[in-house]
Amino acid sequence: MYSEKVMDHFSNPRNMGEIENPSGVGTVGNAKCGDIMRMYLDVDENGVIRDVKFKTFGCGAAVATSSMATELVKGKTVEEALQVTNKAVMEALDGLPPVKVHCSLLAEEAIHAALWDYAKKQGITIEGLQEPVNDIGEK
Amino acid sequence: MDHKIYLDNAATTRVREEVLSEMLPFFREVYANPSAIYGFAGEAKKAVGIARERAAALIGAKPNEIYFTAGGSESDNWAIRGTIEAYADKGKHIITSKIEHHAVLHTCEYLERQGCEVTYLDVDGEGRISLEALEKAIRPDTVLVSVMTANNEIGTLEPLGRIGEITHERGVLFHTDAVQAYGHMPLDVEKMHIDLLSASGHKLNGPKGAGILYCRENLRLRPLIHGGAQERGRRAGTLNVPGIVGFGKAAALTGETLEERMRREAELRDYLIDRVLAEIPYTRLNGPRQERLSNNAHFCFRFIEGESLLILLDQRGICASSGSACTSGALDPSHVLLAIGLPHETAHGSLRLTLSEETTREELDYVVESLKEIVKRLRDMSPLYEDFARSQ
Repeated sequence: MYSEKVMDHFSNPRNMGEIENPSGVGTVGNAKCGDIMRMYLDVDENGVIRDVKFKTFGCGAAVATSSMATELVKGKTVEEALQVTNKAVMEALDGLPPVKVHCSLLAEEAIHAALWDYAKKQGITIEGLQEPVNDIGEK
Repeated sequence: MDHKIYLDNAATTRVREEVLSEMLPFFREVYANPSAIYGFAGEAKKAVGIARERAAALIGAKPNEIYFTAGGSESDNWAIRGTIEAYADKGKHIITSKIEHHAVLHTCEYLERQGCEVTYLDVDGEGRISLEALEKAIRPDTVLVSVMTANNEIGTLEPLGRIGEITHERGVLFHTDAVQAYGHMPLDVEKMHIDLLSASGHKLNGPKGAGILYCRENLRLRPLIHGGAQERGRRAGTLNVPGIVGFGKAAALTGETLEERMRREAELRDYLIDRVLAEIPYTRLNGPRQERLSNNAHFCFRFIEGESLLILLDQRGICASSGSACTSGALDPSHVLLAIGLPHETAHGSLRLTLSEETTREELDYVVESLKEIVKRLRDMSPLYEDFARSQ
């Protein structure tokens, strides 16, 4: 049911973990639907994402899309990271089964939520970034 | 472990060698249509008769009360629709439970759209219906009560004998979906006052595509499949002779081994449950500790999701199943787990392990060790666990 790339990212997730004192952190999804993603960003003074980590509660596709999303934004500027869409995540994973497309949307939203938190902490506005809709908030 | 560990026997089982060898001649040698007149057909007809006797013997029924079907879903559909249509003069009310298999639930929902009324009984935290609630739900226009013998997910045994007494007293028909229980526990349609019972061959080491509906003598039952006059005019279609022969042989073998098999499986089941609950924290057993199918263990591991668990088990050669939403493509987790009152996030982390007579203690040891590592790994990855750990 899953592509080899999805299975690879599920079995060997990249950038899984936490970042102490992150520049931004965002959590999206809810346990009711069975998917929660949390992204941590470490952004340097030039606005470049130096490090990124994730934690995910969810299915194989949820873990794989989180993992791929971190790969896609790492080393990018926050503006560039904002351009990483769910489509890009799916393409990088060689596709997802139709019922799992929402996982890639959640991954995109998780990045946005972390960027939103970063922007808020910095007191800056990132062009084109909207307040995340699916953020269940930090507990 | 270099071999596959199959712990999904509630999904389907391996056909026994003796079953297969008894089926094989009916493909190329005795291939006649048993409904034909010539002598060649007689052998096939005789074999079907033996299978019918064997299928009936396992539940204390008469052979002429057994109808061969294509499996459990057909039997469930037929039992409910066939009686509701036949007893339309009495009423159009059905009572069932919230934890039935979809073959029952979706048939009831279909009939609701046709104007029937259905009461879906709640279950308690272990998955049992309340007998009081059942009594209260019975109305003058109630035609049928359909409650499963044993739940296919969490293994709970329903109080069948008591349900039978109540329905018998109140003059209501009693159907039970025994797909998980037939051949896995003693059943007696007389003692338990069961009027209709569904069973499927592939759950008892028989072939797929072969099932039965037991229907008590002299009951009215409308056909579901219209056509030829097979099965005494009630179920059309050329008899699946190899499948029927296989069903009969599986039923016979399962009857011979029942007691010893149940004892051995229950012992291994309890060993598995004890180890998992003792060695993996934040884990719960679903369904009762004892009043459950002898081969069923069903857990919820908090803070993790079932599909991830299944994939990682699969990577270690372990075949299991889950009631998580992601395994079905739906957003909601299993209706059974929600009905026993589990919150969504707990229900998502479910795991069903169902044993067979081939299961060994060594296999279960390997499964427990694998589970310990996998659950820890997924929890380390889980934001829910992170939040929980911080709050401690």
